[in-house]
Order: sequence, then C-alpha cells, then structure tokens
Amino acid sequence: MNLDPLPFMVSLRLGLWVTTLLTLACFPLSWIFCEAKGRWAIWAESLTSLPLVLSPTVLGFYLLLALSPRAPVGLFFESIFHVRLAFSFAGIVIGGCVSSLPFMLTALKTAMRGVPVNLLEASYTLGKGRIETALRVLVPNMKTGLVAGVVTTFAHSIGEFGVILMIGGSVPGLTKTVSIAVYERAESLDFSGANSYAIVLVIASYIGILFLNGLQRREARR
Amino acid sequence: MLRFYLKKKLTAGKKSFDLELEYDLPDGSFLGVRGPSGSGKTTLIRCLAGLERPDDGRIEMGGELWFDGRRRIFAPARRRRVGVVFQDYALFPNMTVLGNVLYARADVKRARALLELTRLTEQAEQFPRELSGGQRQRTALARALAREPELLLLDEPLSSLDEELRESLGDDLARIQRETRITAIMVSHSRAETRRLCTETLELRAGRLDDDNLSVY
Repeated sequence: MNLDPLPFMVSLRLGLWVTTLLTLACFPLSWIFCEAKGRWAIWAESLTSLPLVLSPTVLGFYLLLALSPRAPVGLFFESIFHVRLAFSFAGIVIGGCVSSLPFMLTALKTAMRGVPVNLLEASYTLGKGRIETALRVLVPNMKTGLVAGVVTTFAHSIGEFGVILMIGGSVPGLTKTVSIAVYERAESLDFSGANSYAIVLVIASYIGILFLNGLQRREARR
Repeated sequence: MLRFYLKKKLTAGKKSFDLELEYDLPDGSFLGVRGPSGSGKTTLIRCLAGLERPDDGRIEMGGELWFDGRRRIFAPARRRRVGVVFQDYALFPNMTVLGNVLYARADVKRARALLELTRLTEQAEQFPRELSGGQRQRTALARALAREPELLLLDEPLSSLDEELRESLGDDLARIQRETRITAIMVSHSRAETRRLCTETLELRAGRLDDDNLSVY
C-alpha cells in the first residue's frame, strides 16, 4: 500500500488554519448577532448559514470567481500581499472558512445565548466593561459550546471536498487534501488506496465527536 | 441622599402603564419597596442600577448625576457605585465564593472580611453549585458589598428561600445594612418582611406610589 503523507499534512494544516481563524472571527461576530436587535441581523445571520444548505460546488464556483485575479477580492490580495488565491493554499483556507463558518458560528451563538443575561449584568454592576466581562464571565461559561465549535469546525474543514476542489484543484503538497486523495484513488479504481485515506478521516472524526459527547455528558451531570 | 424621579413605559401582558415615581432617600436608610407582580418594582431597581434607561426623569446619588432625561445623561451600570443582589443571585458558576467576591474588587483582605461578615469563611473555596440557597444569597451580598457601593439594591433577595431561612437571613441583611450604614433598597412581596427589616417602606401599584401605604419608621 503506497500511502502518501502529503494530503494528511495539507488537511491538517487546513483544519488548523480554518479553526483558528474562525474561532477568532466568530467570537465578535456571534456577540454582535446575540446583541443585535435590528431586522438586518436576520438577513445577515441567514447569509452566514447559507453554506449549510448550498451545494459545495456552487459555493466553490462563486468563491473561485471571487478569488480569481480578475475579481476585486483576488485582485486586492494579489496587488497588496502578492498572493494568488485561486489554486493556492491561502485560497483553500478562505474557502474552508466560508464553508465551515456556520458550524463555528452556530455553536458559539448557541453557547452565548445559553449564558444567563443576568451574569453579564452582574458583571457590569461590579464595574466591569464589556471586554473584561466577555473574557472572564462569558467565555468560561460557554466552554462546552466553544469546544463543540472547535471540534465540528475542525472535522468539517479537514473533510471538506467540493469547495476545496473548485478553488484549489489538486496540487500535491499544496491543495490536495485527504478527501481529494480519496476521490482520485476511487476514480482510478484503487479502492484499497482510497480506503486507506478514508478510514483515517472516519476514525479522526469519530474520536472528535466521541470527545465532544463525553464532554457534554459531563457538563450535563454538573 | 438618593433623589430620583423616574418615568418609564412598562408592558405587563396586554396592558401597558407608566412607571412614574419620585422619591428622596436619606443616606443610610433602608427602603423596602412592596407591590404586586408587574407593578414595576424590578424595573425601578434596574433603572437605579443603570441596567435599564428610563424614558425620562433624573437620578442623583450623593450629588452625582446618574441620569438626566432632558440632558441625555446616562451613566451605565459599571460607572455607578451600586451593589446589586439579583433575585436568582447571578453568581458566576466558574468562580469560587472567594473568587466571586474578588471579581468585584481584587482585595483579598477585604474579601475575607466580607466573608466573615456574611458567615461564609468556611465556604470560601466552594463553587456556587455546592452551596445552599442561604449561602448563595450571602455570597451575592458579600460580592455586592465588595466595591463599597454607595447604594445597595436587593431584588427580592429572600424570595427563593424557605420561611425559617428567610427570617434569619432577613435579620442578617438588616444587621449588615446597619453595620455598613449603606443606603439600601429592597424589593419584596411581603409587607411583614419590609416592615420588619426596613427603615421606611413604599408600595407600588401599577407603577405609581400608593400614598396610603407610605411609611417611615
């Protein structure tokens, strides 16, 4: 069995980048959505959930158009950072972030809404501002939701296929992830090779979900 | 001296009414506010704490202006020197009893003294989920006092306790208020409770002061 480790490395790097960027971006975003009272919030929240229901190839197609050097986003990155997004690792990180956004955002919003408002109000009456309240009261009391967001986002991003293939193609060591390796082996009727890659993803995802369920059960008992 | 005149539109079910109340409370007094559910008691506490903005009026505490509707002045909760004991205590579950008190003010000596005042020295390292109802109430009180507030606001602090505990913790509250000489307002359903513990009481009916039930002891 000839198992190339490079797709695993690319998937792992992709998962770590996407999970880190989304964790940082979704905290303020979910805070804004939880506090928002205007009608715009429904429109914006629906937009962020779109990748859940949209076909990954459709999403990937529009992202590819947006990231191409002729489109404003692609042009911006190329002229300012000298980075070509289409068919590059940076491009699949952006694609992975868009397609995994609802997983992180939903987990954080649910966790944030689960923290009683009066805990935050108690903190304000004790002289604390919003940032200190968020760091010392909100985040520690939404730990399980945060872990859920990290685990599901990581698992989803390392297994992402359609969006990554559309944006990144299959460049070995750069954009060829495990999912793409599985697809290529299966397409060339090398089912044993495809299975060797696929089984690792199945086991890794199962361990992640197992850990999450264990944590949720422990929290429920407390 | 706490001086306030508040006006705020409230909705209780399908009915709406105006909370409109004017009151001057001398320093060191303990005011009991009674009234049926939905009469505006908790809104009054929330407006004084800076957690809700009145529609109009003025709140002045010790010469400091906290709210002025006409001049659009509104000091948020964190800028007011208030201590609030919430109805369900709102203790931070991720912190111990000592941690909850230290969160308000990082002064270990003062926190330990407050735990002694509220008879919680032995529970200092316990988490809120490990405490009884009475211990939670006293933790919330110690935390509210930690910042040396000018005004202590208590939103039905005894309502979730059984009869016996209510009485002894009510006495504790009155003792601590007397010892600290802090100006305090307590919301309660019970006339007997406010009469026993407070230096003056008022009754709210649909957002207005019920003059027939205004007492100063």
